[in-house]
Amino acid sequence: MRLVTREALLSFRRTPLLSSLSVAAIAFALFTTGLYFLVSLNFRSALEGLAERVEVVAFLMRGTPAESVALASQDIAAFPEVESVDFVSEDQALARARVELEEFREAYQDLATNPLPASLEIRLKPPYRTAEAAGAVADRLAGYPFISDVRYGRDWIQRLDRIRRLATVVQLVIGLAFALVAVATIGVTIRLTVLQRAREIAIMRLVGATNGFIRSPFLLEGALKGLLGGILSLLLCWASFSAFRTGLGAELVDLQFFSGGEMLLMVGFGTLLGLMGSLLSVGRHLRAV
Amino acid sequence: MIRFAHVTKTYPSGTGALRNVSFHVPKGQFVFLTGHSGAGKSTILSLISAHEAPTSGEVRVAGLNVHTLGAGEVPKLRRRLGIVFQDFRLLEYRTAEENVAFALEVTGVPARLIPGRVTRALTKVGLAGKARAYPHEMSGGEQQRVAIARALVNDPPIILADEPTGNLDERATKGVFQLLRDINAGGTSVIMATHNLDLVREADYRVLELKQGEVVYDSADEPREEEL
Repeated sequence: MRLVTREALLSFRRTPLLSSLSVAAIAFALFTTGLYFLVSLNFRSALEGLAERVEVVAFLMRGTPAESVALASQDIAAFPEVESVDFVSEDQALARARVELEEFREAYQDLATNPLPASLEIRLKPPYRTAEAAGAVADRLAGYPFISDVRYGRDWIQRLDRIRRLATVVQLVIGLAFALVAVATIGVTIRLTVLQRAREIAIMRLVGATNGFIRSPFLLEGALKGLLGGILSLLLCWASFSAFRTGLGAELVDLQFFSGGEMLLMVGFGTLLGLMGSLLSVGRHLRAV
Repeated sequence: MIRFAHVTKTYPSGTGALRNVSFHVPKGQFVFLTGHSGAGKSTILSLISAHEAPTSGEVRVAGLNVHTLGAGEVPKLRRRLGIVFQDFRLLEYRTAEENVAFALEVTGVPARLIPGRVTRALTKVGLAGKARAYPHEMSGGEQQRVAIARALVNDPPIILADEPTGNLDERATKGVFQLLRDINAGGTSVIMATHNLDLVREADYRVLELKQGEVVYDSADEPREEEL
């Protein structure tokens, strides 16, 4: 093991240019992939933000007894799709209207009676923020005798559904393409280092080194390059992310960077790519010589 | 030590092929392989070192049937052979002693035993003073001596030398040849492919001459002068 480590490190020292180049190639391949995932991550979270606003509102008939409303609220809160139920009284509705609908402030000001009905505002759990689930909940709500009307903005929820489905497919396809390009780039780079050392491999075989022995320094070297490349790509992603956020103004949009797990995943992916690339190109060489 | 039984090797190109070659090299013998380029000299060496497999027939080396060796056993065979080439095949970024030590390291010799054995091998080839020199700092003859030291360091019973003097001037040739003779005198079999007929004449060793893949002359078949 000591010998394997020495051989792997020796190759870094011996060919600093080629080694740095392959680390850089791995870093840039992962960087473009990483940037793409960063963009798609933020796009997704923006869509999720929109989806949070999916809400079903049930308007209550005037004069519905408070006990019936409380009972129904408990009932509705127990629906599997439902996250929370908020009761908005007639007075609350009027107060809110006065604040939010400035154009009609005058009109709401001198009302003798409150024309706005009380309502139940129902928020759905994340997986149910779709047109279909909202529609199902609305249908069930319509069955209560004291509920006069149910609204959930079907059109825009349906549009949001479509965008989300499309985004998932597009992200998957493009993400896969990016990852494939990264794999190919890294494979070619590592193959180059192995080719450069074909002579050495031949000599190792000549003096009776086993295939396992020949392979291990290359594998360690490849994994090391992948690890370095992965870390470097993260730094690059972070730098671009910070620059972008500063340029945009941080308070304007709430941008997200990778979570700790995702960063580990990225570095791990780089290491794995380095390892696999070496394994494939050395393997080919061991058979050929 | 080495036995070829009806060995045939064919290549798609037709060059370097062997046709029904049989011979036996007993332990400790020095054998010249002679013949024109493409006559099959290198093919014989490649078959002995399991770099190639015979198309038909059987090659036995040090008790192993080369044809039936598994992938894991080929390195074991190679450790019983010291192989020397015309182009030395040294690792250029390693010193003489590192090149020799490399052959021990890859075969798993304990680290504490390596320096002593390396020094001994380099002393044997007369290069103890150049242990720290890199290949590009040495003459061709010296580089070939390092290669021979590397071949010797595992104490193999057989040395294979493929045109070991092909790239050397006359003086270096004589030195390297003398070294191989000394090694042979210590009981190691040496199979040496060469074009240099002066060397062949100089020593009274067995000669196998190849022509288009066939053994056309084997000095072992002739009665020796003193036996006449």
